Amino acid sequence: MNVSTVMDDNILSLHTISKTFVGLKAVSDVSFNVASGSLTALIGPNGAGKTTLFALISGFIKPDSGKVIYKGEDITGHPPFDNASKGLTRTFQIVQPFAGQTVLENVAVGAHLHHSKRSHALEYAQHVIEKMGLQTHTHKQSGELTIAFRKRLELAKALATKPQLILLDEVLAGLNPREIQEMIPIVKSLVNEGITVLMIEHVMQAVMNLAEKVFVLDHGSLIAEGTPVEVTQNELVIEAYLGKGTAARLKGYGAKSASLPESNDSLRSNG
Amino acid sequence: MKDIKLIVLFVALTASLPLITSSGVMLNFVVMALYATLLAQSWNILGGYSGQFSFGNAVFFGTGAYVQAIAQMQFGANAWVALLFCIAASALVGLFVGSVSFRYGLKGSYFALVTLAMAEIFRILSLSVSFTGAGVGLMLPLNNTFLGMQFVQKSGYVWLLLGLVTCALLLTTYIKHSKLGAYMQAVRDNEDAGRALGINPFKVKLVAILLCASLMGAGGGVYVQLFQYIDPGIAYGPQSSVEALVAAIVGGIGTLWGPVVGATALLLMSELTRNLFGQIPGINMVIYGFVLVFIVLFAPSGLTELGVSIRSLVFKKTISNSTSVPLDDLDSKPGEKL
Repeated sequence: MNVSTVMDDNILSLHTISKTFVGLKAVSDVSFNVASGSLTALIGPNGAGKTTLFALISGFIKPDSGKVIYKGEDITGHPPFDNASKGLTRTFQIVQPFAGQTVLENVAVGAHLHHSKRSHALEYAQHVIEKMGLQTHTHKQSGELTIAFRKRLELAKALATKPQLILLDEVLAGLNPREIQEMIPIVKSLVNEGITVLMIEHVMQAVMNLAEKVFVLDHGSLIAEGTPVEVTQNELVIEAYLGKGTAARLKGYGAKSASLPESNDSLRSNG
Repeated sequence: MKDIKLIVLFVALTASLPLITSSGVMLNFVVMALYATLLAQSWNILGGYSGQFSFGNAVFFGTGAYVQAIAQMQFGANAWVALLFCIAASALVGLFVGSVSFRYGLKGSYFALVTLAMAEIFRILSLSVSFTGAGVGLMLPLNNTFLGMQFVQKSGYVWLLLGLVTCALLLTTYIKHSKLGAYMQAVRDNEDAGRALGINPFKVKLVAILLCASLMGAGGGVYVQLFQYIDPGIAYGPQSSVEALVAAIVGGIGTLWGPVVGATALLLMSELTRNLFGQIPGINMVIYGFVLVFIVLFAPSGLTELGVSIRSLVFKKTISNSTSVPLDDLDSKPGEKL
């Protein structure tokens, strides 16, 4: 670990990761670094391979080739529970509560990773629940929660494992604008606590607001990286979302026809 | 703790029964109810708490029964020592079945089928080797002493079985209030979510099947002490597997008292039907089937939960008042509290 901190301060490095499902190249030769303590976003159109990449990093799927380096250690193909105990955990796009268990019991499962005693785990779970603003639902069944609170529960479970790197798979999907406004500070607070966050997100408002760095995936390949503003100006990115030739057309039409809803400003300055 | 208090009460009541009544019918009923409870508790740890439905618990039961008989008859072991061997041997078989099926991620009906097949394999094996007495079976010599673990008075068996059931109840209570239990239920409810949170499902399931097999094996050992006879059909046939799972499901799986309630209720029913339809052999299995279908359809959480939901219907008002969330809580912005 000492070596890695001397060498670089990336908590996670991917080296030419590839994964093919029967006939479909889901992820091909993706390499990138995530700096310690940063908030990085992974974006891309539907089917770009973002969730597959998360599964490859967290160990749910083994890559065909390439390496995953976490804190200087090669964890390629290590099972997810090993990674979780080393501080790397993930949430799921489709929330995965322990159905039939209360919110407290759900979060306590995560807390047990570092608290063997039941009472300690429950105590720590309670602490995390309060931090996530779930305290009024502590003893509710997880199935009774609204989607917004289920997303928070998903986050709380992962947070209870005391992660150093957390992979968030669309924690804002399905939320209304007000719920998104409420969730953004929660995600920010993770970074303030020193947790590195890598998030898949479609809500561009949040990406622009939160991420220091953005990686763009399309058809399994990394097509762009940079700050949110840089990325939204990138022609490849615009074409990936809106179709081939769009960037040129937008340029041609100039400022008036700029139509990327979340990135109007950046497109105008470009055009 | 509430659970411990209830267990103490249950043990005290049951233990004093032989002192109150000397009725053979009554004590026999208690013995058989405790025996069925032990099997159901065993199944409940693996099926109820860990979500792995075994249809072949007989594989552990039969192994326990044979080891109990063979250790005494062929190795001259004391019956109590034999019981330890029988628990250890069943636990080993549990580890074997578990490591074979869980390593390859068998779940749900696939796991159920593998356990069913295992019991059948063991039945055929025990039919074809000589040290099990093959088709003839083994007859345990009479030895009505405490050291021989055979009792003239039924009360001896009541206390013996009550000891084992108490162990099972305490074990289940421990599971309910520990990391192990939290992990078992997490694996049952959502294996992938558990893996993301640091749970190794293989390990958790292996512990569960180990505990299940040990208790089931003890049940087999006591069976031999009780009836002094074992053959492949009794040992590895479906009877004990079915008894274990139906009692647990009827009582309420994944609960502490479900197996106790389920086993007692089923036994009561089969005693009644035996008196009514005494001429038809195997009628109790038919009735078991009907009860199982009925419970799964109308009270899927079992009799204990049925009791709870009736109670909550009666006290509906107080319960809904206590769990409702004040409106202004919904309006608060949790983000601001951070």
